[in-house]
Amino acid sequence: MEQKTKIAAEEDKQELVITRAFDLPVALLFKAYTIPEIVEEWMGTKVMTLENKRHGSYAFETTDPLGNVHKFNGVIHEFCPNERITRTFEIENSPLAVQLEFLEFESVSYATSKLTMHIVYKSVAFRNQMLKMGMPRGISMAHDRLQVAALKYN
Amino acid sequence: MKLRRDVFQAIADPTRRAILLLLAAQSMTAGAIASNFDTARPTVSKHLQILLECELLQQEQQSREIYYHLNPNKIKEIADYIEPFRKMWDERFDKLETIMKKYASKE
Repeated sequence: MEQKTKIAAEEDKQELVITRAFDLPVALLFKAYTIPEIVEEWMGTKVMTLENKRHGSYAFETTDPLGNVHKFNGVIHEFCPNERITRTFEIENSPLAVQLEFLEFESVSYATSKLTMHIVYKSVAFRNQMLKMGMPRGISMAHDRLQVAALKYN
Repeated sequence: MKLRRDVFQAIADPTRRAILLLLAAQSMTAGAIASNFDTARPTVSKHLQILLECELLQQEQQSREIYYHLNPNKIKEIADYIEPFRKMWDERFDKLETIMKKYASKE
């Protein structure tokens, strides 16, 4: 079965591309990014600010199970309804640098659409760090050590 | 042979990760590997079998003993494995899709 969400992350590049096919008309897909209550629901975060316009800003806040508050923010550079959002994304109080995101919304048919998320990081190392954040902790640690093992074989 | 398991599934288990880390240092026999664990020997054998099936390990006959060692090509595959990150986004987008379908039916 073909995967609905795909990730292209070329080695030694400071970017990655996430693509996803949706069984939704493009207008509905776009709304999922612009209506605060809906963003809150699928992103699992609180939306503090969301200004859907050129030079607008946004701020999210998430409380983890331990009660720690994590803050995220960014500035919207370009906003074309049902077509494109260009924005920055930053995790506050994090060693990770701000990233640039190009979101392209495409209509495939009246009932289906496609999202392409092109993310550019400050460096290859920052990108790889971000990729590892999706990993459960135990796996992440084993992964680090196996990476060292793999280097020996190079 | 049909490949039953994927690499990610193989490393999702803590015992199998520990086996891989042991073998990262040196090749070992099944007996030597099992002596590092409190679990029963057949359990360790089963883990070794799974790691062999997904080609993370290779066997090598040395005189009368069979040694297990890492398969460097497969290990490299894990090293740049982005599957967990992809899954995280896939789950998020699944949620988005479900929410918007409900939203559309309410409109």
